[in-house]
Amino acid sequence: MLRQTAVHMRGLLARRASAAVTSSSVRMASHEVSETVDMSRPMYYDRVDVPLPDKPYKDLLTDADKTLKQKEKGPWSQLSKEEKIALYRLMFHQTYPEMKQKTSEWKTVLGGIFFFLGFTGLVVWWQRIYVYPPLPKTFEGDSQAMQLKRMLDMRVNPVQGFSAKWDYEKGQWK
Amino acid sequence: MFRAVYRLTSAGARSLVRTRPGYAAPVASRCYSHGKVETDEEFDARWVTYFSKPDIDGWELRKGMNTLIGYDLVPEPKVLDSALRACRRLNDLASAIRILEAVKDKAGPHEDIYPYLIQELQPTLAELGISTPEELGIDKS
Repeated sequence: MLRQTAVHMRGLLARRASAAVTSSSVRMASHEVSETVDMSRPMYYDRVDVPLPDKPYKDLLTDADKTLKQKEKGPWSQLSKEEKIALYRLMFHQTYPEMKQKTSEWKTVLGGIFFFLGFTGLVVWWQRIYVYPPLPKTFEGDSQAMQLKRMLDMRVNPVQGFSAKWDYEKGQWK
Repeated sequence: MFRAVYRLTSAGARSLVRTRPGYAAPVASRCYSHGKVETDEEFDARWVTYFSKPDIDGWELRKGMNTLIGYDLVPEPKVLDSALRACRRLNDLASAIRILEAVKDKAGPHEDIYPYLIQELQPTLAELGISTPEELGIDKS
């Protein structure tokens, strides 16, 4: 995700003072801070939709690499397969198939969703027992019966709804 | 449209039955009220010219390739040929291989496009000494 946002942030952060970001890692007692990336400079990224990133993957070349780079200036048919692969790996980190490898991230995501749903369920259950006030008396059976009778006496929805289903002559549901 | 190019949208994919990619998909229609629509040949010519610049620099190559890959099409062999030659002028074999990988990826589910492109580019690949990703064995993850 960092690599993706980096492409967008690169433009945004280009003008910002990069002093804070480029400060060398601070050691506090035995605690080491991870390397900071200077996002004000061109960055490398592997993206299928942007084949050629702003800079090569490996900047600091060993002497062997430099010799190989010199050889690259000559005819490429003289390079062996291994040399060609080495040149590719100098320039790029991952090949397209490597970039497109499926991860198991979806299992983590789905697992996390279920876990938190479950946790929420436990929280709601606890609330039901310890937090909710007792139900009003109108929820009890006798009270419900009285409410029902009142609705019928009021002729609630007499045409197609509630009271239409009550047979007033016989005093029972149709 | 392009000889080897399909609209990679679902409309194009549905109309794709034959395996030989000499099939012309519908021309892209834009809602210009009065502007001229660029023909496929003009598009190709423009890009071939872009990559044919003798003193093209690395940035221009990258910008051109990244833009081209951003379009909803697989570039014609002649455009790719021009791009590969630009890589040669820049002494950049890795980018040449990357371009081949990228166009294979652009073809998506249409698996007959990439072999066609390689077939068309074979003379150039042989001349410049570019190995395909398959030859190098980096096409497997």
